Formats: sequence, structure tokens, C-alpha cells
Amino acid sequence: MMFAANVFVGPEIDWLKISPLLVMLGGALFLILAGSLTSQWKPGVYGGVSAFTAVASAACTAWQWNELGDGASSELLANALYFGRFSLFATFSIAIATALAVLVATDYLVRENEDGPEVFALMLTAALGGMVMVQANDFVVLFLGLETLSLAFYLLTASNRSRSASGEAGLKYFVLGGFASAFFLYGVALIYGATGSTNITKIAASLSSETVFAGSTGMLLAGIALLLVGFGFKVSVVPFHTWTADVYQGAPTPVTAFMGSVGKIAAFAALVRVFTDGLLTRSDDWRPVVIVLAVLTLLTGSVLAVIQTDVKRMLAYSSISHAGFILVGLVAASYGASPDAHLGVSSSLGYLFIYSILVIGTFGVVAMVAGKGDAATSLNAFAGLGKSHPVLALAMTVLLLAQAGVPLTSGFVAKFGIIRAAVSVESYALAVVAMLAAVIAAFLYLRIMVSMWLSDRTHSSEISASLSLKVAIALSVAFTLVIGFFPSLLLQFVDLV
Amino acid sequence: MSIPILTLLVLVPLIGALGVSLLAKTQESMTKNVALVSSIITGALSVWMLIKFPSGSSGFEFVSKHSWVSEWGISWHLGVDGISLFLVVLTGILFPLVIVGIDPHHHHKQYLVWMLILEAGVMGSFLSLDLFLFFVFFEIVLVPMYFLIGNWGYDQRVYAATKFFIYTMAGSAFMLVGIVATAFLARRDIGYLTFDLLEIAEKANFSVNTGRWLFTGFVIAFAVKVPLFPLHTWLPDAHTQAPTGGSVILAGVLLKMGTYGLLRFGVYLFPEAAVWAKPVLLTLAVIGIIYGAIAATMQKDLKRLVAYSSVAHLGFIVLGTFALTNQALTGGVMQMVNHGVSTGALFLMVGMIYERRHTRVIAELKGIQAVAPIFAGFFTVVMLSSIGLPGLNGFVGEFLILIGAFSTARWWVVAATFGVILAALYLLWAYQRVFHGEPDEANKSFPELTKREGALLSVFVAAIVFTGVYPKPMLNRIEPSVKALLEHVEMRSDYQQPEIEAGE
Repeated sequence: MMFAANVFVGPEIDWLKISPLLVMLGGALFLILAGSLTSQWKPGVYGGVSAFTAVASAACTAWQWNELGDGASSELLANALYFGRFSLFATFSIAIATALAVLVATDYLVRENEDGPEVFALMLTAALGGMVMVQANDFVVLFLGLETLSLAFYLLTASNRSRSASGEAGLKYFVLGGFASAFFLYGVALIYGATGSTNITKIAASLSSETVFAGSTGMLLAGIALLLVGFGFKVSVVPFHTWTADVYQGAPTPVTAFMGSVGKIAAFAALVRVFTDGLLTRSDDWRPVVIVLAVLTLLTGSVLAVIQTDVKRMLAYSSISHAGFILVGLVAASYGASPDAHLGVSSSLGYLFIYSILVIGTFGVVAMVAGKGDAATSLNAFAGLGKSHPVLALAMTVLLLAQAGVPLTSGFVAKFGIIRAAVSVESYALAVVAMLAAVIAAFLYLRIMVSMWLSDRTHSSEISASLSLKVAIALSVAFTLVIGFFPSLLLQFVDLV
Repeated sequence: MSIPILTLLVLVPLIGALGVSLLAKTQESMTKNVALVSSIITGALSVWMLIKFPSGSSGFEFVSKHSWVSEWGISWHLGVDGISLFLVVLTGILFPLVIVGIDPHHHHKQYLVWMLILEAGVMGSFLSLDLFLFFVFFEIVLVPMYFLIGNWGYDQRVYAATKFFIYTMAGSAFMLVGIVATAFLARRDIGYLTFDLLEIAEKANFSVNTGRWLFTGFVIAFAVKVPLFPLHTWLPDAHTQAPTGGSVILAGVLLKMGTYGLLRFGVYLFPEAAVWAKPVLLTLAVIGIIYGAIAATMQKDLKRLVAYSSVAHLGFIVLGTFALTNQALTGGVMQMVNHGVSTGALFLMVGMIYERRHTRVIAELKGIQAVAPIFAGFFTVVMLSSIGLPGLNGFVGEFLILIGAFSTARWWVVAATFGVILAALYLLWAYQRVFHGEPDEANKSFPELTKREGALLSVFVAAIVFTGVYPKPMLNRIEPSVKALLEHVEMRSDYQQPEIEAGE
């Protein structure tokens, strides 16, 4: 009998439910193994395999969504993973964003003569880490996902060996990211100390009844604060945003697109899940902090975006402003007592999905204009684009208008969702601040549009792109417009989250 | 209703825009024809709608309603009543005139595409009976107008276009939050989430404070659009820098989206708050009237002068709106159309002057009457209509506003009357400097109107004279809706119109 107690009993594994993760893992391993054992493949084949992997993972997720139907959420792998519409939607967003970003990267790597399996394997690995983050039901698992994602990101940022800016950005990101991970881990440790568990569901249970909760409140609050710092760094919330502009600018443009989409979805979805599921009972404590962070992020991001002269830096700051919008969604979700609190969660996820596709399309255009060596990213490089490349300029215009939140684009649907969530819990002032920040940010998008349409071409660099990049841009523009005109196509899923 | 005429009013220009954008750049005459045909069809549809519109009806006609975003309770709900009727017709007629009559000089194809998208947006704004749908149209209008000013405008066009965009968008930010809040708060009374204007206006019962806050949110957006003092500073820039076609549309119909919005979404949705805010809005309107007139007098640029005169005229419309009497409100609605016709025509003629002389500076123009008498004649008629001379359209509207507002806003009316005098001052003085005297060297060769320009202006003058001499058909269609609106206000607030209506 004594002996039997020491026998390791493995958790029951529901293979189908974790199939999206397995597909991603399989794709990454296949690329590394097959790629290193064979001679160089034809241009674009590495990318094709990766895109296929991402789409297959998305298909698995969609299938699981269908299987789940109206069913309740559950926990997998001995409570390590959470399985529900929230995690499925976030996983799906990551898979789709990965597929699009891979298309952008394929064109870039072929152009720079750096085609190979490494970058793609890293992208799939990062996506896998992101998926683990959004599905994690345990802080330790969440940290594993976060580190998988982050390490892959550091390498991707530094992946362009011929550009010193890329290496510099990678190092910066690594050092600062390391700090953030430490903050995060410290936060987890303190929360464990206060509640006695790292499992999000169990933490929620232990916090829900005051009598059971015997831990130290001070320790818990410090833990929550440190968690916020760690997450805040990852999603670039002011005042933890300082790395963003440098890293966005220094990283190869497709990697920037990838970070701006998958990195945001993963970290934000995990943040929302931890705070609205695990720590919801303490929302009165963290809500004021999040409100302050949201206002700071919205205003700082928008204002700093306006004064930049490099398009990649502009978009980096605008991504900060967008992060502020999603924080508004988190604030709305924090009113657990309100019957409309779920709107905050679903609108945040919808915003993330819509924004990632916008951001990949936008950076796709930037990658195309930047040309060989990823050099031409200043605002001047866009001057006169409307005259020399009207279709490309039109695509960029649609994407920028969507980022500004103009109606009949997906960006408006996203913003409207957040405003609706904020208003439903009567956070009127916050909603107004968010909209005003969007107006300030609109000035930035107008600046790029003015440069494209109303100036004369000064740069003579050639602009060309392979099919994969064109497909990526076309898909994101099509998505932007279709969702803009028929929001129901997306909302029927988002509202179920 | 067999033909969804209102939906067509929005869709036909859009289809035209799509058609134009699909044509090659080289097929210049073809692009123009497609644009013209689609805008003429729209115009014809709007006139047909005017003919079919039952005189004396106070409700919404030709209603078309389809679900759009059912998850959010948003529907494609269009309808027209006496208040929006003539604005729709004005839009329908003004656009083909602008497209046929004004040459953008370069990039014809893109110009026409933006014009047609603009027309669809403006039409949609006047027809929407759903708050969300209205916002979509109201906001989408910014994009074509931004490009029209930015691409085809004058020297400072980028500055002006950006200012226009940011100003209006900032106003809309408040309205969007207001719209969502309205729908959510109305849900408590209605039982489900809907953005339908009529349902909310009839069923929702906002508490006094809530209503006032929401009203303020809407009013900020419309005050920028109108524009109401002190939010008017974008207007002189946008007007002056816009190409002639853009200015005509901007003055003709775009500004009316603000005054129309005040009526449809301000007064109708929040009657109590409208009564409460009356003194403030009346004061701002009167300041606008006087300030606009004084500023117009001081302008050196003819186009800027007309732009400032718009500030003054729109002040009159707001005065009529918030006087909250049948007569003043009817006058206000009428003046929206009149101002569109007169100021549109004035901008058209300033554009013609610029085409000929490449300057709009008043000091550089002189004695044009001697070399171009027909042009001067047309200018005189339009100018007098803008001043409000009896027998022309401007008089009817302005007179109704002043007489109607006298009982409820006496001192404001007294102050506003000075605006009428000032209007005569700045326009006549400008006329004197530009048209009278001996033409100097530069102005001696000022060409007379071409036949095409003459035909174009004749349409405006015909409308000016007809409305001035025989306003009854127009008033008959506006009044029932205005009465219904004010009855709604009286029912929903403790406000009562003074019973001193003169007999028929």
C-alpha cells in the first residue's frame, strides 16, 4: 500500500481538446528537424509549411469551438489548462494572426536572402507559448507560456543579423523583458503565499469567501500589483511602455507585426483572464489602478504617437494607445456585480482579434514600402505613395482609417464594443477619455495619409512584393471592410465568449 | 411600399462611386457620365419622393427597416418627414449641379468617387432613424470631405482638412458615448437594447439629470458641425481652402447635418433638456450671429467673408430651433434649405471669380459690374437673398424665425435683428468694392458668364425666387412635422408654447 502511494498517476489527457497546441508544436518541431536535416528548400516553402500549420491549428480550434457548442467550460490536464469559449477564441485569434504574420515574414525573408526554417520555427513556438498563456489555468503554466513566448520574441527581434538595430533592439527587449518576468514571478510567489495556490480557479475560490481566506491581505495586494507590472510590460501599458518604440522600430518589420498582434493577444487575454476570473473578488482593489493606467496609456500613447517621424515608431505608440482601449474593457469587466460585466471581457477579446489583423496588414504595407534592408520606414518614405502605388496606398488608407475607428471598418466595431462595455457599467468619463484619445491618435493616421496622398514622391526606392505579402495585406483589408459592413459575422462569436 | 426609395437614395450614389472607381483613368468623359447619371438618378428619386410625399403628413414616410446588427439592436431604419424632406431634396439636386458645373481641374476620377461617397453619406445622415446608423453616416462623411479639401483645395488645404477632421471627430467622440449611453439607459424602460430613434424617443423616460447630460453629449457634436460659437474656428479655414465644389456642398448640406441633428436628436430625444438648455444655446446662437457678421465685415478674402456669413446664418437657424415655437422652428427648417441654396450659390460665384482672376482678395477686384453685367446681376440676386430681401427666399425663413421667436426669446431676437442689418452691411460693402467703380487693368478682361455657368446659376436663382414668392407648398410640408415635434416636447416637459398664434 505504501508503495502504491508513490506511483505516479499521470493526468488524464484529452488529446483532441489540446489539438491546437499539438499542431503548433508539431509544426515547429517539424520545421527545425526537417529543416536542419535537408538542404535549403525552395523560397517560400518554409513559410508555406508554417502558414499551413497555423491555419491547421486555427481549424482545430474552430472545430473544438463547434464541439463545445453551448457547453460549459472545463479544465484539462489536471486543472493546468482552462478550456472554454474564452480560451478557444483567444487561441483562434493567435493562430489566425500567426498565419498572416508568417505570410508577411515569408516575403521579407526571401527578399533579404535569409530564408530558412529558424524564424518560422520561432514564430510557431512563440504562438504556442501564447496559446499556453491564454489557456493556462495555473500561474506556473502561465509563466511557462510567457517565457516560451518571450524567449522566442527576443530571438526574433534580433533575428536580422545584417542590421545592427535589430540586435540592439533584441538585447534591449531581453534585458527589460527579463525584469518584467521577474516581477511577474515575484507576484505569483506572493499570491501563492497569500492564498496557498497557484491555480487560478482555486485562488478565486479561496478569495471568494472572506472567512476561508486566512492569508495576508498585504501580501496579496503586493502580489496583484507585481502581476500588473509584469503584464503591463508585456502589453506595453504606460509607464511600462518605454521599450516598445525602440523594439518595434529595431525589429524586422514582420516580427514587429507578429509581436504587435500575437504578443498583444496572448498577454492581454491572459491578463483579462487572471484578473476577471482569478482576482475578480478583489476588483475594488485593482480597478482604480487599472483606471489610472488606462487613462495614462490612452493619452500618452496617442500624444507621443503624433510627434514621431518614423512610421514604425508611430505605430508603436499607437499600439500603446490601443492597449489603453483594451484596459478600458478590463475596467468594464471588473464590475462583477453588473449583469453586463461579460461585455468587458468579450469586447476586449473582440478588440484584440480585430486589432491584430489590422496591425499585421499595416505593418505588411510598412514592410513593403521599407524595401530591401528594411530601411525606408520614415514618414518621408510614404510620401507620394498614392500617386506611384495607388492600390497599396488605398489599402493602407483603409487600415489606418480602421485604426482611427472610422465607421464601416472593423476598427469602429472594436471601439464601439469597448465603449458599449464601458457605458454598460456607467464608466462614462472613461469612455469619453478613450474616445478623445482616439481622436488624438486619428491625427497620427491622418499624417501618414497626408504623406501618402497629398505629398510628392521623394523616395525613389523600388517597391515590390511577392504574392504572399500581397495576399496578407489583401486578406486583412478584406477582413477590415467585411467586418465593418457586417459586424454580425464576428459578433455572433464574440458575444458568446 | 414597392420601391425602397430611401434605400436607393443612399445606394445609387454608392453604386455610382463603385462604377466610377472601376473605370480606367483614361476614360475621362465616361467617368463623368457615370457619376452624373448616378447623381441625376438620385436627384430624380428625391424629387419623385417630394411629389409623392403627402402634404400635411406629420409622421415618417417611405420608411424602410431591416435588421443590420441584431446582436446590438441596430437596424437599417430610414424614414423621411417634413423636417428632413427638403434637406434630402436639396442634397439630391445640389450634387448633380456641382458635379456637372464645377471642374476640379485634376484627378477627375478620384474627385468624382469622393463626391458620390459624400452624397451617400449626407443622404444617409438625413434619412437615418437609428442612432447608430446615423452616427455611421455622420462620421463617414468626414472621409470624403477630408480628401476633397486635402486633394483639390488651395494652398493651406492640408491644414484645413486636418483641422476639419479632428474638430468634427472630437465632437463626435462625445456623441458616440452619448449614443451608447442613451441606448443602454433606455433599455431599462424599453426592456431590450435598441438604437432605434423612434422607440427611444417614445418609450424612454430619462431622469432629468441623465437627459441633460446625454443632451450635452449630442449637442457638443452638433455644435461643432453647425458650427456654433465658440466651436466654429474650423469653418473659415475649411471653407476657404476647400475647392469650389467642396465649399458648395459644405455650406449647402454638410453644415445642415448639425442643425438637423440638433432638432432630430437633441430636441426630439431630450425635450426636457432642450428646454433647460434653451438660454445657453440661444445666447451662443446670437453671439454667432453678431460675431459672424462682424468678422465677415472685416475679411479681406471674399471666400472667407462668405464663410463667416455662414456662421451668422446658422446662428439664425439655431435661434429658430431653440425658440421652440411652431413658427420659429418652421422658419429654422426652411432657413436650412434657403441657406444651402443662397450660400451654395455664393460660393459657386466666388469660385467663378477665382477661376477668372486667380485671386479672391477683395482689394484686387474692382469694377466687375462694368465688364460682366450678367454675372453681377446674378450675384446681386443671390446676395440679396442672403441678406433677406422680401420676395426672395431668405426673407421668408428669417422673418418666420424672428417673429416666431419674439414671444419666447424676445431679447435674443432684438439682438439678432442687428445681425440682419450687419448682413446687409458686409455683403453690400463687399459688393460695392468688387463690382462697382472703374475696372483696372487686371479686371478689364474679366470674362462674362458662359452659357453653362449661366444655366447653373439660373437653377439657384429660380429656387431663390420661387421660394421667396410662393413659400406655401414648402411650408405646408414642413409645418405638420414641426407641430408634431413641438407637441412631443410639450408632452414630455412642462414647457408650453405661448398661445398667441395669429389666425390664418
